[in-house]
Amino acid sequence: MAGQQRVYKARIKSTQSLKKMFRAQELIAASRIGKARDRVAMATPYSRAITRAVSAVATHSDTSHPFLVEREDTRRVAVLLIASDRGMAGAYSASVIRETERLVQRLEAEGKQVALYVAGRRAVAYYTFRQRELAGRWTGFSDAPTPEIADEIADALLDAFRAPAEDGGVAEVHVVFTQFVNMVTQRPRVIRMVPLEVVEGVAPVEENDALPLYEFEPSPEEVLDALLPRYVRTRIYANLLQAAASELAARQRAMHTATENAEDLIRTYTRLANQARQGEITQEISEIVSGADALASS
Amino acid sequence: MAQLEVDVVAADGKVWSGTARQVSAPAADGDIGILAGHTPILSVLRPGAVRVVPAGGGAPLSWQVDGGFLSVDSDLVTVVVDSASTTAGAAPTGH
Repeated sequence: MAGQQRVYKARIKSTQSLKKMFRAQELIAASRIGKARDRVAMATPYSRAITRAVSAVATHSDTSHPFLVEREDTRRVAVLLIASDRGMAGAYSASVIRETERLVQRLEAEGKQVALYVAGRRAVAYYTFRQRELAGRWTGFSDAPTPEIADEIADALLDAFRAPAEDGGVAEVHVVFTQFVNMVTQRPRVIRMVPLEVVEGVAPVEENDALPLYEFEPSPEEVLDALLPRYVRTRIYANLLQAAASELAARQRAMHTATENAEDLIRTYTRLANQARQGEITQEISEIVSGADALASS
Repeated sequence: MAQLEVDVVAADGKVWSGTARQVSAPAADGDIGILAGHTPILSVLRPGAVRVVPAGGGAPLSWQVDGGFLSVDSDLVTVVVDSASTTAGAAPTGH
């Protein structure tokens, strides 16, 4: 009987130490998320300005640039998956990986070959365990990405996009990341990075409106050459920041739930331990009483 | 009327925003000065100094930039740079 009590006591103790770990993770995530959201807010004006400019060129010039037209010479497409480095974030990595799998299936159904680029240790582990080939991998920054990392990823993707078909060039670049809607909602999203589909921030042209005459210095081609790689870099950086904020929010929520579950478990085990203790006392008393009765009746 | 709405943004945040009388920037083919009513333009910037004369008077602002681009559309000027540092003589900005 005493064994039962001891088992419960041990369980309470281990659950308590787990609870402390969950609580610490929750607090760490909570303290970092403010900074992550600030970074998202800081990067927004830049990416909005760049998106507007790209839309303006795409609308006001009839230049065709490799970034704007579909490539016909290859069936390869690149998919960049942005997930987290560490777990303990609930379904965060799982849902973004699921979204990627769905995209990959859709692309393959269209007869395209998918080259996977993966950021985040969890996703890298997922694919290496399944022995899938990765075209590129980056780890170790998921909760605080830097512009340098974004540049590195963007350069790899742009190189692949510019490469000729026989060197593994890709016709499209898709990005799967988690959009930070608010503290409660984070949504996995798929966007096609290149060829671009930009229409944001440009007013639709009215029938009788003369198109404003845009000047490009030095020339539309050169403006696009300078603008588009920068645009891709900015978008990737923005996506990384969104993903980081989402990861921290998901982690904070998951760890909060885990802490509460641990408290529930501790409560249940305490009750069971008390029951076992009382059962033991009752048994001892009835043993003594029945022993005394036996002596008295003899 | 006849004022420019200016936004100067860098990769890591907004640098300056407000109304101005004149903006000058190192465009690809030589320095460019922009006043209200300028034709829409989109230009690549070389490394150099971007200067803004605020509409409310006061000292002109100036930043050293290392490349970026500039867009003007119906008196809305956006200067997008990779990084900007305030040069000596310019007033400190709110951001």
